[in-house]
Formats: sequence, C-alpha cells, structure tokens
Amino acid sequence: MASEISQAIAAGILGGGVYALMAAGLTLIFGVLDIINVAQGIFVVLGAYLSYVLSVHLHLDLLLGLLITVPAMFVIGVVIYWLFIRPLRGAERTSMTLLACFAVALIIEGVLYREFGSNYVSLNAWYTTGSVHLFDFYLADIYLIGFGLAVVAMAALYLILYRTKFGRAVRATMQNQVAARLIGIDVTRVSAVTFGIGTAVTAIGGMVYGAISGGFTPNSGYDLISRLLAIVILAGLGSIGGALVAAIFMTTAEALVDVWQPSWAVVVFYLAIVIILTFRPAGLFGHRAVRAQ
Amino acid sequence: MTPDQTAGKAAASDQVAPDPPATAPATVTTKAGTRHAWQLSSRSLAVAGVALLIAVVGLFPLVFTNPTVTNIGVITLIFVAVASAWNTFSGFSGYLSLGHAVFYGTGAYFLAVAARDWNLNGAAVFWLLPLAGVVTAVVAVPVGLVALRVRRQTFVVVTIAYFFIAQLSASNLTVTGGSSGLLLPVPNWAPETFNNPFYYVAMILAAGTVALSVLIRRSVFGLQLRAIRDDEDRAAGLGVRAMPVKLSALVLSAFITGMAGALWVYFIGQAVPQFVFDPLFDLAVVLMAFFGGLGTVAGPVLGALILEPTQFYLNLQYTNNYESEILFGALFLVVILFLPRGVLPTAGEWVTSGRIRRLRDGWLTRRARRTANRPAPPATGNLS
Repeated sequence: MASEISQAIAAGILGGGVYALMAAGLTLIFGVLDIINVAQGIFVVLGAYLSYVLSVHLHLDLLLGLLITVPAMFVIGVVIYWLFIRPLRGAERTSMTLLACFAVALIIEGVLYREFGSNYVSLNAWYTTGSVHLFDFYLADIYLIGFGLAVVAMAALYLILYRTKFGRAVRATMQNQVAARLIGIDVTRVSAVTFGIGTAVTAIGGMVYGAISGGFTPNSGYDLISRLLAIVILAGLGSIGGALVAAIFMTTAEALVDVWQPSWAVVVFYLAIVIILTFRPAGLFGHRAVRAQ
Repeated sequence: MTPDQTAGKAAASDQVAPDPPATAPATVTTKAGTRHAWQLSSRSLAVAGVALLIAVVGLFPLVFTNPTVTNIGVITLIFVAVASAWNTFSGFSGYLSLGHAVFYGTGAYFLAVAARDWNLNGAAVFWLLPLAGVVTAVVAVPVGLVALRVRRQTFVVVTIAYFFIAQLSASNLTVTGGSSGLLLPVPNWAPETFNNPFYYVAMILAAGTVALSVLIRRSVFGLQLRAIRDDEDRAAGLGVRAMPVKLSALVLSAFITGMAGALWVYFIGQAVPQFVFDPLFDLAVVLMAFFGGLGTVAGPVLGALILEPTQFYLNLQYTNNYESEILFGALFLVVILFLPRGVLPTAGEWVTSGRIRRLRDGWLTRRARRTANRPAPPATGNLS
C-alpha cells in the first residue's frame, strides 16, 4: 500500500506537469483576452491526432513531430482567433466568445470523428512503453519525457513573458487593455499571438496525453477540458504559476483516490472546485475581480 | 456659444415657430390617435395570435397522426419549456448556465426511480412531474448557493463542472443503475395515439412556462434580474438583493427544467447517463435562446420551434452523428457572429431603424421645404 501511494504521488506530480502546461495555455488566453477557451480540450486531442498522423503515415518520431505540430497548432489558433473571436465585441463578449469556442470545439470534434472514427488510438514510440527504476519507484519513460517537455515549454513561456518586449506587451495587455492600447501596443496582434501560443502548447500536451492516456478518441476532449477548467478555476483564472501548483495538486489527488476508488477518481477534480469556490470564490491564487465585469 | 448666437437661435426658433402651430395640433392628435389605435390593434392582434397558436398546437396531433411527426412535436414542446425556463434565469440575469442538463437529469432520474419504487404506470406517472420539479428545485438551492458566488465568466465554468459531476455520479451510483441506466414503465396505450398524452402534458408545461416567463418579465422581480444583468454592482447599490434574486430565478428555472426532464425520460422510456447528461443538450438550449433572442419571452420559444425540428431533420438526413455535429457547430457560429442578439431583436432593430430613417427622412424633407421657402438664418446653419 505504502509503495502504491508513493508511486501514485510520483505519477501524479509527473502527470501534473503536462496538465500544468495545457492549463497555462488556457489561463494565459484568459488573462490576455478575457476568453474562457473551452476548445482547449479538443485542441489537445487535435494535437494528439496530428502527432498520430505524422507518426503513423510519415513514420516521424513523436518528439521530432513536435517541430511540425507546434507551429501548426499555433497557426490554427491564430486563424480561429482571427475568424471567430476577434469579431465579437460588446458587453456580453466573454459569454459570447465562450460559446463561440464551444461551437469551434464541436466542429473540430465532428471533423475528427469524420476523419478518424470513434476507435481508440494511441501514440507509440520506442520510449512510450519502457520505464526506469529510480529509488523505489518505477517511472514510465513517457511520464519523465512528458514532464521534461512540460518544464522546457513552461520555461520558454516564462522567458517569452518576462524577458522579451513582446512578453512585456502581453503583460501590459493583461493588466489593462485600454492603457496598453494607449501606449501604442497593438492589442489585436498581441491577442492573436497569445491565442496562438495558448493553442500551440496543446500540441505538446496532446502528444504526451496521447502517449500516456493509453488511447484517445475525439470524445476525449470533454474529459480534458473539464479537468483543465477545474485546474484554472482552482488556481484562479489568469494565474499561470497557480495553474502549475493546482495541476500538480489535482493530478496527485486524483492518482491517490485512484488507488482506492478508480471510478470516483475524476470526481475529485470537480469536488475540489465546489469546495474551493465555497470558501474562496476567486480561486486559490486569483485576485478578487481581476477586471470589472 | 456666445450670447449673440443664443439670441440668434432664439430668434430663429421664433421665426420657425409660427409655422408648426398651424399644423402641429392636427398632426399630434392624428398621430396620438393612430398610435392609440395601433396599440389597441397590436394587443388584440397579440391575443388573437396567441389563441391561434394554442389552437394550432392543440390540434396538431389530431391532424398529423403520424407517430414520427407527433414524436417530434412532443420533444419540441419539451424544448420550448426548457429553453424558456433557461431563459428566465440565464437570459434575464445574464448568468449563462451550461449546466441545465444537471436539472434536466435530476428530474429524469427522480421520475425513473420513483416510478420504479412506487410501481406507478400509465397516466399516474404524470402526477409525479410536479414532485420531480420540486426535488430538482431543492437540488438547485445548494448548487446555486455555490455557483452564484463567483463572477459571471467563472459561473459558466462552474456550471460545466456541475454537469460533469452529475454525469459521473449517474454512471457510478447504484441508485441510477450505473452506466446501463434505468428502464421506465411503458404505458399500455394504443400505438396510434400513444404520443398524444405526452404531447398534451408537454403542451401544458410549455404554455405554463411561457406564461410564467411573461409574468416574470413584467414583474419587479424580472426588472431586478435585468438590472443584475446590466450592472450587478449598480443594481446592488440601488437596493436589489442580488443573491436571493439570482437564486430564486435559478431555482424556478430548475423546477421547470426538472419537470421537463422527467416528462422527457418517461416519453423516451429509459434513463442512460450519456443521454440524460448530454453536453449537446446544454448547447442546444443555449443556441435556441440565442437564436430567437436572449432575454426576450418569444425568442426561446421561436428558437425551440425552429431548431428542434431542424435537428430532427438533420438527424434523419445524416445518420452519422458527426455531420449533424459539424452543422450544429457551424450554425451556432453563424448565429453568434451575425445574429448575436437573436432573430427577434435583430428583426426588431431593422424595423425600428427603418422607422427612424423614415421619420428622419420625412423631417429632413420637411425642413428642406421649410428652408427653401424662406432664407435660413445663419445661426441655424451653424447649429444644425
């Protein structure tokens, strides 16, 4: 039992890294654009299917494939932003964009069903089945690779946000859109690129998810988005560091419950939301009313 | 404005003034008269329209006896009720709920369990509907107390979370029969008129919901809800107790949604988690309200009457689920991008802007005629 628990904690922490990355994309998009991108889950599945196509049809290694899927998802994100999100304005913008994202998710899901059917597929490479024996743990290689990728991507995200001029523009837009516009920041361009970055991380997330989940279908998007939303709500919308902590906390909690009650493990996610919001409506790391309604 | 100009303006209006009095009283009285008559006729028209609608809806299953058609009728009326109920909370208050399937499913599972445990069958099951509504309303109270504490954007997400909790619970609990679900008693009614009792119960439910929606919209309660929608902080500052108002609206909406869910599950005969808690259900309801016009009384009704039969048609046309999914998503995008306020308000805007344009054009031509008759004072030119 004790070894099972420590094993669960290790898997939870490593798996949490990937969720943190996907949730960071979601919360970044919210912070800059005030959009709750409910299509993030299906973007992850789309990223996974892109990796699948590259590895099965072009026999490209999964990690090398990321060099193609990440830019591809970036472009998809920018195009979706430009076509469906940018035109929406007005008082009910947040709600409208949420519904628009939901509609986009439905369309992508339908297209994926059409192309790939509803059979489970999984991503395979030489490193997806092995595991290393470290101290007392058996850690699957892919968990380690996924965690490593997530760390690298999060570090890159951090560098972009805090060490570049563009990152400064993004943070300015997060703080106050009108003021950012006034000092000459092209908010529309910043928004488009941010949406693209938030979507691009799902290519990495999708690749790792496709390899560790043991199989996915177009329907997996619902499961993913509900977890990601739980994480960002728990963290407080717009808090990237919070998303990291919340993701690791949630996946660890889920892995622990899974030891005793596998069928109820996922409920932990949602129960956590309800409990947290009862006591802290702004989330663990959120500020009360980031922006006036 | 300098005193000179003010004087000029005063002089100008003095000069213009003699012209209108000659004709103004006459136009005012005729205008008021026509407007009054128009209002009367519009009210009687509305009454006649509603009576005609009730007659058409009431006679529908007697004229179209084909079970496939009446089947669509039953589901459409259920969705009229659900879309209206959703709108009385979300449309009026601005808090979009994507978790009404929770209430729909609660009512549905309550009916399924109660009918099984109490051995009810036939028309007697219909008497459980109000009870199902009450149970759902009770469930909605804690749900609302937590969910309504957060900001509007977060509220949507929390309702989604509730939805997934409910779906998972339904497939894991023993009382709901797990993932295999529950079967409901099948009434031994004649096959050709089997749908009719369901149809008329659904019609009563839909009519009641719309009537309630009208009452709420015209009441102080409805005004408070819309004040919350427009600016919650200001509404609170003006003395609206936001939380009780929002919560009552949610509970009322849940009450009706629960009844609708109960009726629906009895009609389709089985409660399975993935159909009772269907994410497309929430989207369908939201789309209906958006399509017709969010926050209006007639909008969700119109949306349900148009979209639900369309969806049936699409499902018959495309046996593949994904094609109707793609079409559904595309339709949703079109509505959001091009008719963001719905068919009815947009059409209303066209009518109003057309009327304003005609009035303005008329006023411009009249002014042009007037200025043509007499040289315009320079000040008027500056001011116009």
